[in-house]
Amino acid sequence: MAEVSLEPAQDLEFPDDPHATATGISNPKLAMWVYLASDCLLFGGLISTYMVYRNRPGEIEGLAGSSLQISELFDIPFTSMTTFILLMSSLTMVLSVTSAMRGDHQRMRLWLGTTALLGALFLGGQIYEFSVFVSEGAGFTTNVSTSAFFTLTGFHGAHVFVGVLMLLSMLGLSFKREIEAEGVEVLGLFWHFVDIVWVVIFTVVYLVV
Amino acid sequence: MTVVSERTPLALPGGEPSAQNHLGVFTRPTATQGWKSWFTTVDHKKIGIMYGAAALFFFLVGGLEALLIRTQLAIPGSDLLSAELYNQIFTMHAVTMVFLVVMPLAAAFANYLLPLQIGARDVAFPRMNALSLWIWLLGAIFFNSSWLLGGGADGGWFAYAPNSGVAFSPSHGMDFYAVGLLIMGIASTVSAVNLTVTVLNLRTPGMTLMRMPVFTWMTFIVQVLLVFALPVITVALFLLMFDRLFGATFFDASKGGDPFLWEHLFWIFGHPEVYIMILPAFGVVSEVIPVFSRKPIFGYPFMVGSGIAIGFMGWGVWAHHMFASGMGEISVLAFSLATMFIAVPTGVKILNWCATMYGGRLRFTTAMLFSVGLVAMFTIGGLSGVSHAVAPADTQQTDTYYIVAHFHYVLFGGAVLGLFSGIYFWYPKMFGMFLGETLGKWHFWLMMIGFNLTFGPMHMLGLQGMMRRTWTYSDGYGFNTWNLVATIGAFTLAVSVTIFLVNIWASYRAHKRNPVNPGPDPWDARSLEWMIPSPTPEYNFDETVVVEEFDEFWHRKYGHDEDGRLVRIAPTEEVAQHGGATGIHLPSPSYWPLVMAVGFPLVGYGLIFNLWWALPGALLMLVAIYGWVMEPPDAPSDHHDDLEGPDPVDSTGEPAELTSGEAQASAESDDAEEADSSEFTTEEAPVG
Repeated sequence: MAEVSLEPAQDLEFPDDPHATATGISNPKLAMWVYLASDCLLFGGLISTYMVYRNRPGEIEGLAGSSLQISELFDIPFTSMTTFILLMSSLTMVLSVTSAMRGDHQRMRLWLGTTALLGALFLGGQIYEFSVFVSEGAGFTTNVSTSAFFTLTGFHGAHVFVGVLMLLSMLGLSFKREIEAEGVEVLGLFWHFVDIVWVVIFTVVYLVV
Repeated sequence: MTVVSERTPLALPGGEPSAQNHLGVFTRPTATQGWKSWFTTVDHKKIGIMYGAAALFFFLVGGLEALLIRTQLAIPGSDLLSAELYNQIFTMHAVTMVFLVVMPLAAAFANYLLPLQIGARDVAFPRMNALSLWIWLLGAIFFNSSWLLGGGADGGWFAYAPNSGVAFSPSHGMDFYAVGLLIMGIASTVSAVNLTVTVLNLRTPGMTLMRMPVFTWMTFIVQVLLVFALPVITVALFLLMFDRLFGATFFDASKGGDPFLWEHLFWIFGHPEVYIMILPAFGVVSEVIPVFSRKPIFGYPFMVGSGIAIGFMGWGVWAHHMFASGMGEISVLAFSLATMFIAVPTGVKILNWCATMYGGRLRFTTAMLFSVGLVAMFTIGGLSGVSHAVAPADTQQTDTYYIVAHFHYVLFGGAVLGLFSGIYFWYPKMFGMFLGETLGKWHFWLMMIGFNLTFGPMHMLGLQGMMRRTWTYSDGYGFNTWNLVATIGAFTLAVSVTIFLVNIWASYRAHKRNPVNPGPDPWDARSLEWMIPSPTPEYNFDETVVVEEFDEFWHRKYGHDEDGRLVRIAPTEEVAQHGGATGIHLPSPSYWPLVMAVGFPLVGYGLIFNLWWALPGALLMLVAIYGWVMEPPDAPSDHHDDLEGPDPVDSTGEPAELTSGEAQASAESDDAEEADSSEFTTEEAPVG
């Protein structure tokens, strides 16, 4: 929103650009930015919750229930690999956006599909990880720290899942009608945001124990 | 001019099937009039009116609950209501008044007025606008359906643990609270994103940020606050829901949960929420007072700046709700100071309103009376508010009737009076008829008397030590007299609200007998919405207004002579638009917002009673999303700009201007009425 103009619109009868808006940013793109700003606070709240609870069963003596700490179960090399996969999906997303901007729809479809595939791989990794944790005795309701862990990573996973659905929908739609490059770009904004959030979660949850 | 029932038809050829079979089975509804059109409309004005009507209905529901509370407390030792039922009634009263009355009533004005005040044809995403209305309305009905399904929420509106836990609140009431507020939060988020984009992007040429009316500014600040505040309560409500429905222990202290976390998350949302409720009313008053003082608003940049300051500082004062929680000296000091500071921008506003009235030619219409009432009553509430900033005093006042008195002075004396002022002020613009002034003044004065009788004594009761939320009290504490006075006041308020309803009915009857159109500008007002006929035509503006200064419409009517005196330079009829425009393209109605919204309460019931029941709701939402994306963009004669093909031609035979939401003043066109052939882009962001 840095580009909000305080000056009078320079050309009172808008320029030839059919997408002219008062800020120069198109409506969908601005809406996505505003939504992502809102989402920042959603993850802010969830990350704070996890930070408050992460070592709680170990710190407070005499608590009812399991004192198991989820961080003892982390498999850092495995999660690093799925993190790498998710980060690479940002690269393929960028390739998809540039292809769309060049009007190269074949490539755009290829990279949209690749991005969706990488996202799905990440989700698969998360499901595998969750199932390992549960089999080791750390379920959603085991104690507050496991609840906070599954809530935080689960919300992120839900975002990735929605992102994959949107990527696949856009891929499908591109066979039916022409996709605007900006539509791909706006979807890309969401996808990169989800990646950045994962970088924070991976650091805070897995690396800072 | 036209009356309500004879609206100018849309340029969209009514009744003509828009089935072009774009992508198979999806077509758009065509009705633009009659009862069906209200369910599929994407018109920001109809959506605003529906928000308002529903909010007034819930105002009566919440008011009824308030009367039950006051009847119970009228005499000591009363057993009209059981303690259990009393808990439900005060919780439902509070949640209803906050989320089902004040917020949607402000949303009604925001929807109706924002596009008009910035000179736009609609909001940025008309279908998303309809979606927010339906999600909110169905969420509100879902929330109230708890009365029939085991009892309402009973943990107080801020739902502190452990009262909100299953152990102390075993009925489904608090489940409905958590899920219902989540649903309504989604609606508010969608609406806030939409209106934020609208204000930033859809301003008419020349309408810079610092030329926007103060109402637009305050509403814009509110949308930004909503964007950032709602996700925080969303997190808190999800955690509460996981606790109650899925066996987590986030707020169960015996299992390592921290009730404090809920308090922080709730009030990080809750304090900005206070400003979310009051700033729209401040905006209304800032429109009403200049008009009826015949003076521009005093210190416009300071009005805007103090609103922004309130918006920012509102994030740094939340823990003053928690002084009694034992959170530590440093926190208490910091939040005390911040709370004292936030009184400054609010004081700036009060003084600016007084300065606007000072030396003005005042006309005490009902709208003006309500606005002046807000200035006076809110000041009392503000003063008791500053007294909360003094932590030692606040520790004594916490959870007493003193707090109840304070927030009713700011929310009833502030928000509700301001919104009533707005209703009397914009009623002619919305419905093409006045609300009666005689009954209006009865309404105002009875409301003032009743309000002060109800909530004034609560200051005394609180300082005497009467706790809030107590379901009854014993004889001999000295509470009897003031409680009886407060109950008499509550029934006086009920009478005044009844007069308001009678006024609506009587004004409608009088208008039917003798239709007199108020004309575009009945109050000799200042902002753009008064430039167009009353009631507002579907397409808002005949032609795009090019704005050159703040209070553009006023400056087109009035100038100054060489002595600096105000002189009329043009009659209103010459300046105002006449509403005969044709060929203006508007977004088509759509079924999908309503279809998608129906999915939300279904998922809600599923979460509470049986997860399988959530499945049809989720499927319905999924279908609606794809229906939404794939329905043809517009009427049959139009092509959307993401489609290939030769230059599209609209129904008038001229090349259609494919602008994105912006009305385009076509310079080449000779005929001003035909100048506007722009269209809306109804394509939303894929996440829509």
